[in-house]
Amino acid sequence: MARGTLGTGRPEMTLFGKLEQISWTLVALLCVIAGAGFAMLYSAADGNLEPWASRQIIRFAVGLGAMIVIATIDLRHWLKWAYVIYAVSIALLIAVEWIGTVGMGAQRWIDLGVIRLQPSEVAKIALVLALARYFHGLTLDDVRRPRALVAPLAVLVLPALLVLRQPDLGTAVMLLIGAGAIVFMAGVPMRYFAALGVVGIAAVPLAWQFMQEYQRERIMTFLNPESDPLGSGYHILQSKIALGSGGLFGRGFMQGTQSHLNFLPEHQTDFIFTMLAEELGLVGALGLLLLYSGLLAYGVAVALRARSQFGRLLAIGVTTTLFLYVFINVAMVTGLVPVVGVPLPLISYGGTAMMTVLVAMGLLLSVYVHRDQDIRRRPGGDEP
Amino acid sequence: MQQHELRRIKMFNRRAAILGGAKLAMMTMLAGRLYYLQVVQSERFHTLAEENRINLRLLAPPRGRIFDRTGHPVAHNKQNYRLILVPEQGGDIARTLDSLAAIIPLDDRERSRILDDIGRRRRFLPVTIREHLSWSQVSRIEVNAPDLPGVSIDVGQVRQYPFGAAFAHVIGYVAAVSETELTGDPVLELPDFRIGKNGVEKTHDLALRGRAGNLQVEVNAHGRVIRELARNEGQPGDDVTLTIDAGIQEFAATRLGAESASAAVLDVGSGEVLAIASTPSFDPNAFNQGLTHRQWSELVNNPRAPLINKAISGQYPPGSVFKLVVALAALESGIAGPSHRVWCAGHVELGIRRFHCWKRGGHGHLAMTDAIAQSCDVYFYDLALKLGADRIAATAALLGFGRSLEFDLPGERAGLVPTPDWKLATYDRPWQKGETLNVGIGQGHLLTTPLQLAVMTARLVNGGRAIGPYLTRAVGRDPSAAAPEQAPAHSLGVSDWSLRVVREGMAKAVNGPRGTAHGARIEQPAMAMGGKTGTSQVKRITKAERDAGIVKNEDRAWKDRDHALFVGYAPVHQPRYAVAVVVEHGGGGSKVAAPMARDILIEAQRRGSPGGGIPTGALGRNAPEDA
Repeated sequence: MARGTLGTGRPEMTLFGKLEQISWTLVALLCVIAGAGFAMLYSAADGNLEPWASRQIIRFAVGLGAMIVIATIDLRHWLKWAYVIYAVSIALLIAVEWIGTVGMGAQRWIDLGVIRLQPSEVAKIALVLALARYFHGLTLDDVRRPRALVAPLAVLVLPALLVLRQPDLGTAVMLLIGAGAIVFMAGVPMRYFAALGVVGIAAVPLAWQFMQEYQRERIMTFLNPESDPLGSGYHILQSKIALGSGGLFGRGFMQGTQSHLNFLPEHQTDFIFTMLAEELGLVGALGLLLLYSGLLAYGVAVALRARSQFGRLLAIGVTTTLFLYVFINVAMVTGLVPVVGVPLPLISYGGTAMMTVLVAMGLLLSVYVHRDQDIRRRPGGDEP
Repeated sequence: MQQHELRRIKMFNRRAAILGGAKLAMMTMLAGRLYYLQVVQSERFHTLAEENRINLRLLAPPRGRIFDRTGHPVAHNKQNYRLILVPEQGGDIARTLDSLAAIIPLDDRERSRILDDIGRRRRFLPVTIREHLSWSQVSRIEVNAPDLPGVSIDVGQVRQYPFGAAFAHVIGYVAAVSETELTGDPVLELPDFRIGKNGVEKTHDLALRGRAGNLQVEVNAHGRVIRELARNEGQPGDDVTLTIDAGIQEFAATRLGAESASAAVLDVGSGEVLAIASTPSFDPNAFNQGLTHRQWSELVNNPRAPLINKAISGQYPPGSVFKLVVALAALESGIAGPSHRVWCAGHVELGIRRFHCWKRGGHGHLAMTDAIAQSCDVYFYDLALKLGADRIAATAALLGFGRSLEFDLPGERAGLVPTPDWKLATYDRPWQKGETLNVGIGQGHLLTTPLQLAVMTARLVNGGRAIGPYLTRAVGRDPSAAAPEQAPAHSLGVSDWSLRVVREGMAKAVNGPRGTAHGARIEQPAMAMGGKTGTSQVKRITKAERDAGIVKNEDRAWKDRDHALFVGYAPVHQPRYAVAVVVEHGGGGSKVAAPMARDILIEAQRRGSPGGGIPTGALGRNAPEDA
């Protein structure tokens, strides 16, 4: 099926060939998870497709199409455009400061008419692409030099700071950890991470000193939600009550009292996992986590099979982004981390996270489709 | 494949394992957390979830009704039609209120009050627009229902006293629970709940209240009721049946009229109170909605004390009525027989003091029954001196004076029967002989309540049995359930012979041509009554006044006038009813109190309440002859 080349001397795949290469197992996994989400949105609306489930289905269909398109785009194109995409995302993050709209807490978006563009979501993908490209161009020896870390640190910190200004702590944390995972996978020596860890722990008391009173209160509330059951601890307490009352097998589909009687806030968005666990029990909750774990394992397998460093880092990067979504959301609703407003991808109502995750899965599939491609360290340059 | 590329792949694979392991560990942690919350802590959170969603609401039980002895309701619950509006169903509130204004007048103040309420409360909670709608208003609203979205009629209950003021002191009234009356019973905290504050409503409050039911509803986080889960209809309050005859009661209250007066009518055989009235009175229905400040201060500041039940809370010197007690004491102790005679010259001297008879110039020679009938003071000075205060007090106690009768209404006073010991203990001064004389004619420190006077009369004419007054016939859902069989009252241990003499005196006082109450006698022989007048002094008549002739009541200020008293019974041959009437500052007993008592006794006999009277034979055949 080799026909034509793109500078590698290897045979080029046809579009049909690429579609054949797409892992339909992964697509099926995505559909199952999204399907669970539709069911929960149907339940959240007391057994109605309106107002959430129907729209979510349309979004998913559109997103799925976009994902397939992205999967067929050559990896080298992504490499070539990586920095441009990054630059655009930074420009958007800066632009949103002036022309953006604030709503639902702290997230800022730019209204494009048909969709609301959240630059911070674009940044999640863009940062992964930029770092993957950067480290793709370095040898292992280059990576060991501290000088080589200056550029990626800047690339990483800039969007994180911009997002933190919005202020969107959840996304900032996701950007930092996601980027950190790529830096780690690129082979940066362990001692840097160890040093970072030590500095981080040492900084905790210092940070406490510099925090505002309300920020401290929020952390105290997180540590002891029962201390203020009607105030800020309300959400997390009601979430735990819903989870606990679900028990092993749940109260039954559409039977969750906490969600249906509105004790559980945001049960169609950030707290939808709680609702699922209330209605379907521990069995349902673990089942969903297992499905996500399947996706994550698949991502790691794709990374391991990719021939190019760019592909490997990209696969790990997008997988980690998905993992962070899932982990932070579930940890949040179970009271393990403070409430930071991270949705559960593919399940929570809302287009933004779904788009991000489907684009990420598109890139993962692209890595998979183009797993056997060799990509030169410097585009257009000679392989040493 | 170059060397460094291989090293990079090896490094990548190793780190992929580390990262993957870390993710796996974190996922496992989530699973562990879920296990902890959903299995280990499940029971606790399940309970909390149920507490969240299930709301227990109290259902106020309907208050028990109160009936008179003939089954007439004297306190019942009226439907209160309340107009309510649920704002969230109301659409355009202003338009709805406009349409309503066409049916029931709504002024601007009410309108803004309603809009305030709507603004303050959550939109699914009903707001009361108007209470106590008339039936025609209700039906007009029902007809116009399509134009009045969110408007509905809610039926509540409000206490109603059909006889109004006539029964006010017997039944009392209900009012909102005050802070100090909270016992922890949650039903008391319901906003519309009323409890008995006085009278029978208070005495039997717990029985009348019933037991609150409850309603388990499922609510959402905003408190809106989603559905009813379980309903437990508590228990309505018990009905109370009184011994009162509403007809006699109403008649007595009307007959006392505008005077500051009270009357009690007893069944002499059982002690059942057939009527107990006190005037002036008040409208207990007004207490339901709460009185205005002005209404309240008018009631409290009225010198004739409309809020006080004078029949049990009023304490008066009995005056000449007490001569019956002195006569009985003298007969029982053997000091004097019916034929004991005293010469009345209009006064007696004791030391340097002169004690007058009410009749200037005196009665001349009198035997006992005539002394009672003509109420000769000098005769009873003589008996009192011979008896001494202690023996009089003992007989008074036997007849029910000086302590509470344990009557079933709140506010009963004990009265006072003075003795030398009492005086020493209270005033630290010895008893004077003159005081014995004063007690002999029912003056001095002596205090009695009208109910005690009625009880005394009943005990004198029922063969000397210690009946106690009561007005609760039955407490229970079924008003036809008969009162528990009352054991016949025990005997006071007074001889029939003595009683007959006293009764003969009472019969003569009314029916004898020279009796003090002759003017108030009942003409129909079958209904004829016996009795005793009394006029008790409120203010001592000074010698100067006596000499100047200012002794007429009409010449004195209301507050200084004498109390008018009368105790009576009928029929005179076969006593069934005893009555006591006290008119505060009413003037003379024979002129004011006796005619009232006569009319009340006629009414009681005319109505002939069933199930009363004394057992035949208890009086013997030798009823006293009247003149």
